[in-house]
Amino acid sequence: MNLMTILSLLVSSTFVYSTPLIFTSLGGVYSENSGITNVGLEGIMTMGAFASVVFNLTFASSLGKLTPWLGLVVGGVVGMIFSLLHAVATINFHADHVISGTVLNLMAPPLGVFLVKAIYDKGQTENITQSFGYFSFPGLADIPVIGPIFFRNTSAPAWLAIVVSIALWWILYKTRFGLRLRACGENPQAADTMGINVYGMRYAGVLISGLLGGVGGAVFAQAISGNFSISTIVGQGFMALAAMIFGKWNPLGGMLASLFFGFAQSLSIIGNQLPFFNHIPSVYMQIAPYVITIVILVLFFGKSVAPAADGQNYIKSK
Amino acid sequence: MENTANVIEMRHIVKDFNGFKANDDINLTVKKGEILALLGENGAGKSTLMSILSGLLMPTSGDILVQGQKVAVKSPTVAKDLGIGMVHQHFMLMNSFTVLENIILGHETVKGPKIDFKKAQQQIEALSARYNLNVDPKKKVSEITVAQQQRVEILKILYRGADIMIFDEPTAVLTPQEITEFIQILKELAKEGKSIILITHKLEEIKRAADRVTVIRSGKSVGTFDVADVSNNRLAELMVGRHVDMKLDKPAAKVGKTMLQVSDLQVKNKQGVLALKGLSFNLRAGEILGVAGIDGNGQDELARALTGMQHINAGKVVIDGEDMTNQKVRKITEHGVSYIPSDRQKYGLILPFSISDNLALQNYYRPPFSSHHVMHYDAINEHAKQLIEQFDIRTTGSDLPVSDLSGGNQQKVIIARELNLDSKLIIAFQPTRGLDVGAIEYIHKQLLLERAKGKAILLISYELDEVMQLSDRIIVLHDGNISGEVKPEKTSDEELGLLMTGVKKEGSALA
Repeated sequence: MNLMTILSLLVSSTFVYSTPLIFTSLGGVYSENSGITNVGLEGIMTMGAFASVVFNLTFASSLGKLTPWLGLVVGGVVGMIFSLLHAVATINFHADHVISGTVLNLMAPPLGVFLVKAIYDKGQTENITQSFGYFSFPGLADIPVIGPIFFRNTSAPAWLAIVVSIALWWILYKTRFGLRLRACGENPQAADTMGINVYGMRYAGVLISGLLGGVGGAVFAQAISGNFSISTIVGQGFMALAAMIFGKWNPLGGMLASLFFGFAQSLSIIGNQLPFFNHIPSVYMQIAPYVITIVILVLFFGKSVAPAADGQNYIKSK
Repeated sequence: MENTANVIEMRHIVKDFNGFKANDDINLTVKKGEILALLGENGAGKSTLMSILSGLLMPTSGDILVQGQKVAVKSPTVAKDLGIGMVHQHFMLMNSFTVLENIILGHETVKGPKIDFKKAQQQIEALSARYNLNVDPKKKVSEITVAQQQRVEILKILYRGADIMIFDEPTAVLTPQEITEFIQILKELAKEGKSIILITHKLEEIKRAADRVTVIRSGKSVGTFDVADVSNNRLAELMVGRHVDMKLDKPAAKVGKTMLQVSDLQVKNKQGVLALKGLSFNLRAGEILGVAGIDGNGQDELARALTGMQHINAGKVVIDGEDMTNQKVRKITEHGVSYIPSDRQKYGLILPFSISDNLALQNYYRPPFSSHHVMHYDAINEHAKQLIEQFDIRTTGSDLPVSDLSGGNQQKVIIARELNLDSKLIIAFQPTRGLDVGAIEYIHKQLLLERAKGKAILLISYELDEVMQLSDRIIVLHDGNISGEVKPEKTSDEELGLLMTGVKKEGSALA
């Protein structure tokens, strides 16, 4: 294998494994910047993955190549509806954010499996037929060196995720909506005195995180796992959460951190094809992404500064 | 025609909170271009009245007239549209945002989907130039001083086009120099035609800044006076409803042996940064040593390090001849240290516990209050009854949760518990924070009594008046160092103010 092939293999598999993390960590960024801690991303991803697989299996024959893309939309919408539980519990009923998020995580996998059982009468779904394959950008793929590495046989959802990260960064820091959202995560009482609807903004933050988390789950199911079972989403939501913290609650930071985690995950999958890495026992490669997540959380959690009012309930006085 | 000169008229305002009348038939008028002071004790109803005016609360009955028109101020947004803006006592700012973002928040001008930051910056610069409010719009709020943060608050309401500006206890966090500048700004604003309501309980500031003063007491109007016509003593009487001793009776100190010896004390704060950078001072029996300074210059760490609640990184604390550096809290207490913490609800009391239990917190583990790990509630209750009587704690019973008491009486519970220990050293950190004049007077007298008994008292306070009135010597903390030591009778507010901002005293022994 020459260097070129190794690089393009590494980049494209990093992209594939990063994409679900990017979308989900962006969701985390929006929820937490509005002041609602969202540890329920894992559960939201599970629901997104479930919904997209069911949609994909049902409509693949009639929608063809468009199916996985519409599956993203369906996964996003279902994730958003699921996140509504978190929004109602934390914003209206002032529940502890971590407990409410944990409820989402505990609820989603059995709910998904139960519905799979009810619909298909078995424990896990069939494999989908229309998944995100590899995609080459016309024109860009022919650029020497860069083309083959980044644009030939690459992941189209990954590029979408990168574009979305940039857009969401711009929205968070340059628009009225973004400023107000961040204000609610920083000092909700002050935001209230400035005439900002704190509850409304926080709903927006949580629902956006549901949408993006659902999309993240749908990408994972339709690009990586290919079906839905109890073990489809195992820790990706928490990795996305770690990426959000590592990325300092900033959309671009979250994206870069997700790319790094995706790289770690992809190493465990393609390591046996790479020189040097193929000598490391595969069990170490498989636990590496989780170990890296824990190490990074330990190193950065205390130091990286969250929005000041993240995780604090706001109770409006009458 | 005379009526139109009244920008604001509040008539017969009543606010009933489940039977408790926080405002009971209050009248207030503000004219164009004047500074009206609103004077009253804590809990007199000032904040309620201003919350009604700024749309945070609705009155139970009564009318509000703005520019002669009857209005219903249903929300802060309505208040804003009527030109009413309020600067809260606790600043409503986002620390990680820039000054500019803080000012435009909720009132952003947009160009397409994007906020027009450039135009906003020009507008803010024009406003700051016009009213002499120098702040850099690009700086983050966490990077500017408290006085500058207050200017950001002023710019915030000016940016929204306020003509009526309410300031809630605006000088509580400022140094004397900053107060002078602030009053200058207020006068400037009034000259430009703004009407200003200044909520305060500091009589001196009313004299310096206001044109008229409206006094309220226990939710009722006492009256409105021209500031030039009333004396400070008269205002204090009107506010409290009885004669108040403005001057404390302080006999000369009878100083004994050294009780507290602090040398080269270094303490790190939660962020791991040195908050105390090598403090050294002595305190002798029978004297009060005041520690002045602006909040956040190491006072918290000093109090916590001396009482054993925070690790001392270097240096030594010797209390009555014994090394107490990094000793356990109980050991220090039993060695003879009483501590009145600055946040009585967080550190001084266990709010849901009864008054008796709170009074026993320092000695519940010893006979007669317990033996062999079994509590003796008869003794605890008897002890409580005695202290309630001795310290005049106003309550209907010793079994009530301490959270039911007023702030002043909660503080009396702490004072009773701590002074009853009969310690050699008393550390009082903000002992009168948020209390009304009567309670302050009581606590000051108690501290002076302890001084007369030969106790050593370390008084850490952000209230300059308090430090000046009680102390025999004053040290000033700035940025974890002592920036100077002065005698209260030989110093001035101005000198202390300079020391508080870190300007070292010329020729001082410590410089």
